[in-house]
Amino acid sequence: MVASSALGSTLGSTLGSTQVEQYNYDIVRKFTIMALVWGVLGMTAGVYIASELAWPFLNFDIAEITFGRLRPVHTTLVIFGFGGSALFATSYYVVQRTCQTRLFSDGMANFTFWGWNLSVGLAAISYMFGYTQAREYAEMVWPIDLLIAVTWVVYLVIYVMTLRKRSQPHIYVANWFFIAFILATALLHIFNNMAVPVHMFSLESYSLHAGVQDAMTQWWYGHNAVGFFLTAAFLGMMYYFIPKQVGRPVYSYRLSIIHFWALIFLYMWVGGHHLHWTALPDWTSTLAAGFSILLLMPSWGGMINGIMTLSGAWDKLRSDPIIRFMVVSLSFYGMSTFEGPLMSLKSVNALSHYTDWTVGHVHSGALGWVAMISFGSFYHLIPRLWGTKMYSEALIFAHFWLATIGIVLYITALWVAGIGQGLLLRAFDEYGNLAYTFIETVSFLHQPYVIRAFGGALFLTGTLLMGYNTVMTIRKAKKEQSEIDAKVAAKLANA
Amino acid sequence: MKHESIETNAGLLIILTLIVISIGGLVEIVPLYFIDSTIEEVKVEGKDTIHPYSSLELRGRDIYQREGCYTCHSQMIRPFRDEALRYGHYSLAAESKFDHPFQWGSKRTGPDLARVGKKYSNEWHVQHLIAPRSVVKESIMPNYPWLMKPLQYKNVRDRMRALKMVGVPYSETTAEYEVNVKRFGEDVAKNLDILKAEENLIAQAATGNYDGNASDVTEMDALVAYLQLLGTMVDFSKFDDGHFADFR
Repeated sequence: MVASSALGSTLGSTLGSTQVEQYNYDIVRKFTIMALVWGVLGMTAGVYIASELAWPFLNFDIAEITFGRLRPVHTTLVIFGFGGSALFATSYYVVQRTCQTRLFSDGMANFTFWGWNLSVGLAAISYMFGYTQAREYAEMVWPIDLLIAVTWVVYLVIYVMTLRKRSQPHIYVANWFFIAFILATALLHIFNNMAVPVHMFSLESYSLHAGVQDAMTQWWYGHNAVGFFLTAAFLGMMYYFIPKQVGRPVYSYRLSIIHFWALIFLYMWVGGHHLHWTALPDWTSTLAAGFSILLLMPSWGGMINGIMTLSGAWDKLRSDPIIRFMVVSLSFYGMSTFEGPLMSLKSVNALSHYTDWTVGHVHSGALGWVAMISFGSFYHLIPRLWGTKMYSEALIFAHFWLATIGIVLYITALWVAGIGQGLLLRAFDEYGNLAYTFIETVSFLHQPYVIRAFGGALFLTGTLLMGYNTVMTIRKAKKEQSEIDAKVAAKLANA
Repeated sequence: MKHESIETNAGLLIILTLIVISIGGLVEIVPLYFIDSTIEEVKVEGKDTIHPYSSLELRGRDIYQREGCYTCHSQMIRPFRDEALRYGHYSLAAESKFDHPFQWGSKRTGPDLARVGKKYSNEWHVQHLIAPRSVVKESIMPNYPWLMKPLQYKNVRDRMRALKMVGVPYSETTAEYEVNVKRFGEDVAKNLDILKAEENLIAQAATGNYDGNASDVTEMDALVAYLQLLGTMVDFSKFDDGHFADFR
């Protein structure tokens, strides 16, 4: 009796796996793997360029690996490679699960996979060989920009068409954030990358805008790459995976509505705070500063909604490492969205701008929030995608501690670096002359730079553990599947 | 309207989202193209003193971008006492009005370069670019020895034509040249002639002798020519104190 029911269930799962799955998990699996691949490569590049700042001999007189060329490689691989692939993976998963329908088109989904990964890979290689638009976070040359634009439109079509064939009347809140992210990214990408190529067969181009207008367009883009790519979309991730992992509904439905609309409205105004005290007119940067302060409210609205969803499950913090990733990610989200408005105040910005404080701030958001919520979501997702348990829970705990300690070292080192350098640069001696030369402030930065590189290396080590854990999980899943197949075959042969 | 009607209608959700995310950019970016005081008028004796780059300087700027100099150097001096002492007069919007793209930067791992022009000799720049620590012991800048290779300038006319399409007043016809003579003076206008771009480039590299070798045109010639021009186009002694404050 027991044997026959076991046979029945194994037969069922074997048959199930040979049929077309209810949902397209194949595309989610592929993007998940690529997110980890780009994550490891991008963070390795990050640790390397951080080390170049501490020990400049690491540039080795090799043009392709100098700081100036590798820095966009790092930012592109982590933002668009790791972050982008994580968003493709989770958004394709979430939209199918919450709409209870299969993705609109497998072929188009595969196109986005190849289009996106090709764009990221080609971009990284082209920077190393000196092909760049020299616009931060939009360095890709124009043919890659076109490939991205086409890929993105296909992504939008898949997403909207999947929403349209949903079997639920309501569009779940996570999807609002994903749709806003897709629309805003399209808008930003197109307007910021308008350029005239040097020649039809040249990779180089000159931007349509110049000077002050160009600066404002670029930072409208740059800050909303943070606002939509690295925030709104990851809030979409949060709104699905946190309730799922803790097994509780979202804390406040009303709060999610208010903070969604406020967040997407306000973010688009704040880019000008990157241009305080520059030749950008005062009215623009003042508006940007004002909206930056307002932005604290919807940002914290999201954080509170996430934390309150978690509350009541605090006991699980002891046993569930995934919930730890989620709690820490929300804490860093709250911290960095408080730090951001603070730094957008003109008086604070006068000191912080152009220093490592900005770099530290970005990383408390990018490592603390974006990467940690992604790790948590992936640890939830990977066992479900491959139909098994994670290979090692101990490794997840180890990853959690390496990542958390890594971030804390990283950002504290850069607080010291940024605030310290800002103060040294504006110090005067008793006669009213500058107290320090620029190069003296560079010498001061050496120690913080060493600690920062070490913190980054810890974080990278954690990501490597995750990669290993994932590879072993996939292997385990395959082994389990083949054991089941063998058992079934034996039973069938006996019968 | 109840929010339910938005979250049950994908089309409505998309349209409303598009409207909400468009407003900020429209209000903050579009007026910058139409408000005259956004970019200062900088004229001395009736001539615009801020002019587009010569063909050699343009190639130098391309190399500046290729090497990612903007990842560590800003070109935007803020109106603070320490920056005035360290770098000079604060930057004007007009000074980057021909910059496609702008290179204001966001991080000063090295010092600001907006007014680095004429501060150091050509020899210093060459030595510093090839081996920064041989001149500034504590520097963390990479060495750039490969800048001594020959400069590629075959497509410099295409580059100037592309820039002309986005609004930089390079000239191709006699009429356009005459307009430039009136606007910038004859010496500058000559350098903006697309048809003479290559001979101008070779001549400037030879007379400027930026890399210490007059016989060839290297990437170093172009980059140093560009650096030596930075921030030198406005002679602030020709303007009253506070003149530029009216634009802020």
